[in-house]
Parts: sequence; structure tokens; C-alpha cells
Amino acid sequence: MAKITYVEHDGTEHAIDVKTGLTVMEGAVKNNIPGIDADCGGACACATCHVYVDGEWLAKTGAKSAMEDSMLDFAENVEPNSRLSCQIKVSDELDGLVVRLPESQH
Amino acid sequence: MSHSDTHVVILGAGHAGGTAAALLRQYGHEGPITLVGEEPIPPYQRPPLSKAWLKGEADAESLALKPLEFYAEHGIDFRPNTRATKLAREAKQVTLSTGEVLTYDFLIIATGARAIKLPVEGAHLDGLLELRTAADAEILKATIGPGKRLAVIGGGYIGLEAAASGRALGAEVVVIEREPRLLARVACEELSTFFLDYHRRHDVTFELGATVAGFEGENGRVTGVKLADGRVIACDAALIGVGAAPNDEIAKEAGLETARGIVVDLEARTADRSIFAIGDVAHRPMPIYDRMFRMESVPNALEQAKQAASAIVGRAPPPGEVPWQWSDQYDLKLQIAGYAFDVDRILLRGDPANAKFAVFHLKGDQIQSVEAINSPPEFMMGKLLIANRKPVDLDKLADPSVSMKEVAA
Ligand SMILES: Cc1cc2nc3c(=O)[nH]c(=O)nc-3n(C[C@H](O)[C@H](O)[C@H](O)COP(=O)(O)OP(=O)(O)OC[C@H]3O[C@@H](n4cnc5c(N)ncnc54)[C@H](O)[C@@H]3O)c2cc1C
Ligand code: FES
Repeated sequence: MAKITYVEHDGTEHAIDVKTGLTVMEGAVKNNIPGIDADCGGACACATCHVYVDGEWLAKTGAKSAMEDSMLDFAENVEPNSRLSCQIKVSDELDGLVVRLPESQH
Repeated sequence: MSHSDTHVVILGAGHAGGTAAALLRQYGHEGPITLVGEEPIPPYQRPPLSKAWLKGEADAESLALKPLEFYAEHGIDFRPNTRATKLAREAKQVTLSTGEVLTYDFLIIATGARAIKLPVEGAHLDGLLELRTAADAEILKATIGPGKRLAVIGGGYIGLEAAASGRALGAEVVVIEREPRLLARVACEELSTFFLDYHRRHDVTFELGATVAGFEGENGRVTGVKLADGRVIACDAALIGVGAAPNDEIAKEAGLETARGIVVDLEARTADRSIFAIGDVAHRPMPIYDRMFRMESVPNALEQAKQAASAIVGRAPPPGEVPWQWSDQYDLKLQIAGYAFDVDRILLRGDPANAKFAVFHLKGDQIQSVEAINSPPEFMMGKLLIANRKPVDLDKLADPSVSMKEVAA
């Protein structure tokens, strides 16, 4: 279990306990958090689960795969700390993680 | 505008219906929501049933859209194992298989589609499977394994995904397809050839241009597929994946217009202002192609769930989307955007030999659709170019050394 804080674009915060083994995307979708669409259900095919990872957590969330990188390359409002949340697996190490959501996923 | 006593009844607890229920709450609908589904479990995702889940890489929990508690916690009255049997529009009532009658203010029909049956001799035998529901997938998974021989009837995406997963589980797989090539309805020749070669390299065998005349069995269980030319292909199980038909009977009987599905507008609303139809069961307008058609894809189910939920709560409609879908087979990621309507030429970018290429379907210098294999830039940029109807420089598009960003510039 890890506590993950999802911050909507308008600043609304949702602190959720997400089970280890799920992805950061699944934690959001299963808790009905607005702002993560996840159209492809985690297949790394849609880029509608885009999040910004808060600075100090970037190293802990691991490296992007080539596929994720090239999907993100074409998403909107991408920043250096952009990730696809379906590609971040939740572990105890991520307890306290903060991710911010973009204004829209399209 | 929805009020706190506005009752929304959703028929069909699948990807579209489940999403609509959750979105209504997300968008602030306070009135009662009843979600009626004939399956025993809460709404789940179907795509993994032929892919990650079938291969054992995802569990049942990850299939579910939301955990079961979600529905009670959000005041959604979820009714599993319940079928809607009749719709009375004047009284705004639906009758359920339990005998109960529900009165609605808004009705969302999200009953999906069902697998088409093959009306041939022996079609009643055990071991003849379809792949539409989690229950179907359980049976398929329990049936295939090392040493078992699976016949897949129909070389479309679901059939080919099942073939790839079957190989991963150690089964022998033969694909039987009526057309002379794979994916004949949806893809171009180059793609058909590419998939044929790729599956053959994984030891899938093929019978192309072969019509199924019937099934042979012993003790009530299938033992072979009989082809029209008299040959019999031995198998322990046969998966029939020859397409799906919309579950639109309830709407048709109630006098709603149906074409290849329930006819709706861009709000996913039928001519009856209080009734919506979303997902695989809907026949919907697709403005970028200036026509109406029925789509079977998750993004379509989600887009229409957003349309209906927005209309019910009085929220601005979501922006229109380019239809798209994906498929995973072996280490291939296939992403498809758009539909190949009125296409006059095809352009190949990249090299099928290294399994990284895209096929663009063009009408003049306008991209109508793209099928991208292991090529996210081509998919993402192609989708954008389809959306904004921008003419493209075909020489640049054909040259993989020119980046997609430059092609679109
Ligand atoms: C094996 C498989 C793989 C797929 N892979 C992909 C993919 O990779 N990408 C993609 O985009 N799409 C894929 N799809 C398609 C996608 O799953 C569908 O487009 C999507 O599920 C449509 O959602 P829906 O809610 O309209 O229908 P469904 O999800 O089928 O839900 C309809 C529900 O309504 C219920 N129902 C029907 N009649 C009644 C009634 N009278 N009363 C009560 N309940 C009723 C049904 O039992 C069902 O539970 C796949 C589909 C399958 C089967
Ligand atoms: S959910 Fe589609 S890319 Fe993450």
C-alpha cells in the first residue's frame, strides 16, 4: 500500500491508498478521480493517463520505456516530468508520491 | 438539467454503461442511478480477455472498471444477473427479468453486441467457443494449453489475438479464414501479409480461402472443423470470431429507429429525448467522415458515455474524437486511427521486415486512416492529421527519415 496524492489541474487534491502492484493510473481510475481518462486501460496505446511527477519522485518512479517516450512525445502540454501513469507500478517505495494532472487529456 | 430526484436507468453493465454511471456521479448528478446488467460481475474491460488476461499476465481484479464497493459507495444501484426484457416508452418504464418494473427519467441503452453464430451443422457441440465475455474467456483459457489444438474461425483482430495468446499458452493453433487474406475487411494487403508471416513464424498454421461447412464431434464434443472442400481440420476446441451484431432488439420493439444499431445523434440521444444509446449498440454520426456507422471499440464507448452523461447533467458536450483502437499480438503493438472510407491509395512508411511500419490510407492528399505497427509517432500524428483534415505532403510522408512532426508541420 502506498499513499498517492493526485492533484487535479484546478488544485483539488485526492490522497488515496493504492495497493502495491497496481499502477498509478489504476489507482486513479478505480477511485473515480477526474482527469485521468485511461482510454486504453493501460496498454500504453492512448496517452490519456498523462501526469506530471513531482520532482523528488522522478528518480523513484523509474525510467520511461521507448514506447512510453514516443507516445508522450506527441501528447499535449508535455513537460520533462511527464509520465504515462499506467506505466508506473506502485510499490511501498512510492508511499507519499504526488502526481499532478494536466488540464485535459486530449 | 438533472435534479436530485431524476432517475437514470442504464441497461447493460459493460464498458459503456459502467463508464456512464461513474461519469454521471463525477459530473455531479445527484439523483438515483440504476445499472442493470445480465452478467454476474460489475463492469469490466474486454480487451485484455484476448490479450494480457488470456496469457495470464493480468488478474480478474485488474479487468474490473471499478471495485464492486464503488457502486454502493457512490449510490449506484447495480443489479447483476438481471436482463432488461421490455421497454415501454410512453410510461417511461423498463421491465426486468426479475419481473420488477423501473420508471426512468432518462434511459441509457448500453447493451453492447453479441458474437455472431455460424449456422452450420454441428454448431451445438461442446468445445465451440466464442469470446465476448469474461465467462467465455474463462472457458477458452481452461480449454487451451500445451498439446491442445485450437481452431480459430475468422482471421480478424480478436481471432488473431487469441491465436497469439494460444501460442503463448503452448497450444497448437490453426486459423481458418474464408477470405483469401487475413483482416480482409479492415486492413490492406501489406498488413495482411505481414500478420500472416508473423503468425507463421510463431507456428500458427492457416487455412485461407476456406469456408466452414460444419463441425464434427464425438460424444457431444467437437473434434474437427469440416471445410466446404470436404477436408476436416482436427481440433480440441474451436473459437468462432466472425463478428458481432448489436443487441438492439429492446429498442427496435419499442419503436426506436435502428440501422446497424440504435440510431443516435452527437449527444448519443435517440429521437426520444429521454433515451440515449451508447457503445457497440449505437449507430452514430461520425462528422469527420460525414456519415453514420456503428463502432466496436473502447474509445468509442467512452466517448459516447461522456456525451450521454454530459447531456443528462447539462454540461457542455465533449470535443469530438477520431475513432481509434489498438491490438497487441506477440511483441507487436498495433494502433489504428480512423476508418478507410473512400480511399484511393495506400502509402507505406517504414519497413515491415523489421516490424516497425505504418500504413496510411489516403483520399487524395488527406489521411483517412492509419495502421501503425510499433510506431506511436505515426499513430499519434496520423490521428491528429485525420482530425484536422490537413492535406499532407505525400513524399515527406513516404520518407521515414523525415520526422512525423515535420510531415505535419
Ligand atoms: C475479446 C475482445 C477484445 C477486444 N479488444 C479491443 C481492443 O483491443 N481495443 C478496443 O478498442 N476495443 C476492443 N474490444 C471491443 C470493446 O471491448 C467494446 O467495443 C466495448 O466493450 C463496448 O462496450 P459496450 O458497453 O458497448 O458493450 P459491452 O462491454 O459488451 O457491454 C454490454 C453489456 O450489456 C449486457 N446486456 C446485453 N443485453 C442486455 C439486456 N437486455 N439487459 C441487461 N444487460 C444486457 C451484456 O451482457 C454486457 O455485459 C474488444 C472486445 C472483445 C470482446
Ligand atoms: S492508459 Fe492508455 S497509455 Fe496509459
